[in-house]
Amino acid sequence: MAELTHVQSEAHSPNLRHHFDDMGQQFDSATFGMWVFLLTEIMFFGGMFGAYTVYRSMYPEAFAATSNFMNPAFGAANTAVLIVSSLTMALAVRAAHLGHQKTLQMMLIFTMIFGLAFLVIKGFEYHEHWVDLKVPLFPSHWAWDGPNAPPQFAHQAQILFIFYFFMTGFHALHMVVGLGIMTTIFIMARQGKFSHDYYTPVEVSGLYWHFVDIVWIFLFPLLYLIGHTRQLI
Amino acid sequence: MDLQPVTPIRTYVLVWLTLTIFTFITYVVAQVDLGAFNVVIALGIAAFKMSLVIWFFMHVRTDSPLTKLFCFAGFFWIAILLSLTLGDYFSRTWMPGGKFW
Repeated sequence: MAELTHVQSEAHSPNLRHHFDDMGQQFDSATFGMWVFLLTEIMFFGGMFGAYTVYRSMYPEAFAATSNFMNPAFGAANTAVLIVSSLTMALAVRAAHLGHQKTLQMMLIFTMIFGLAFLVIKGFEYHEHWVDLKVPLFPSHWAWDGPNAPPQFAHQAQILFIFYFFMTGFHALHMVVGLGIMTTIFIMARQGKFSHDYYTPVEVSGLYWHFVDIVWIFLFPLLYLIGHTRQLI
Repeated sequence: MDLQPVTPIRTYVLVWLTLTIFTFITYVVAQVDLGAFNVVIALGIAAFKMSLVIWFFMHVRTDSPLTKLFCFAGFFWIAILLSLTLGDYFSRTWMPGGKFW
């Protein structure tokens, strides 16, 4: 009984789960586990990047022709927006760590606003493709009629646009999930669940948010920049 | 007890500034035709930006050696996946009569 009292008398955060030794070990385990999940995400997007590269080198001319229908200004604007959201996310984690509740909530709101801005810009871009008849998933919204386009380009360009929509679509889906996570974290922050000793959910959600940013950092050059100068049609 | 060191706001803002400047650089360079170097520069800048995000924003700089190792292992693994896949496709045409697929 005396020993039990001794254990209980140690400073013990209510946020410490019983299977961890201390808050530090719990924090390290959580971030480590999140990284293991992110590695599976790297594989998920990496497979698409690899397949895209193979098709791109198989159809270089058709690829260069499809680049004409990508607007690098949209891509660059979205990159800038996502990078700002990563900054506000990093500042949110910092504020959570320092126990600055108001700053934490404000930075989370900023992060969500920039995330939404990204999706709105992406929406305008998709709308442009829709009007340009460059959505191969919908036959009524697909046409390939460049003046100098060889007939086989139509089929090849279709494949490349499907890659474009899958890659940006899965990225946008991750953004939507990220916004859901941020909403949850914001509600938890409002309830005062985070403190200097316990802000693990904020840190781990931040890792996810930054990862989605990194995916876009690679999608931007691959889909918008490479081949942009070679306008064949 | 601190769960991780506190990074000064200045560092975060400097990282953000660097990321934004390099986004601008990669956008401008892409308007100039440099042949094969367009791809190299675009992906090189992307890799540099990724490293900044991972090292500073994702706190790998101050994470445990185990997390550092796993982060590195993830990118090492994707490098294997991409280099073997692309090595296969790109070398198929080297033999006489070889077809891409």
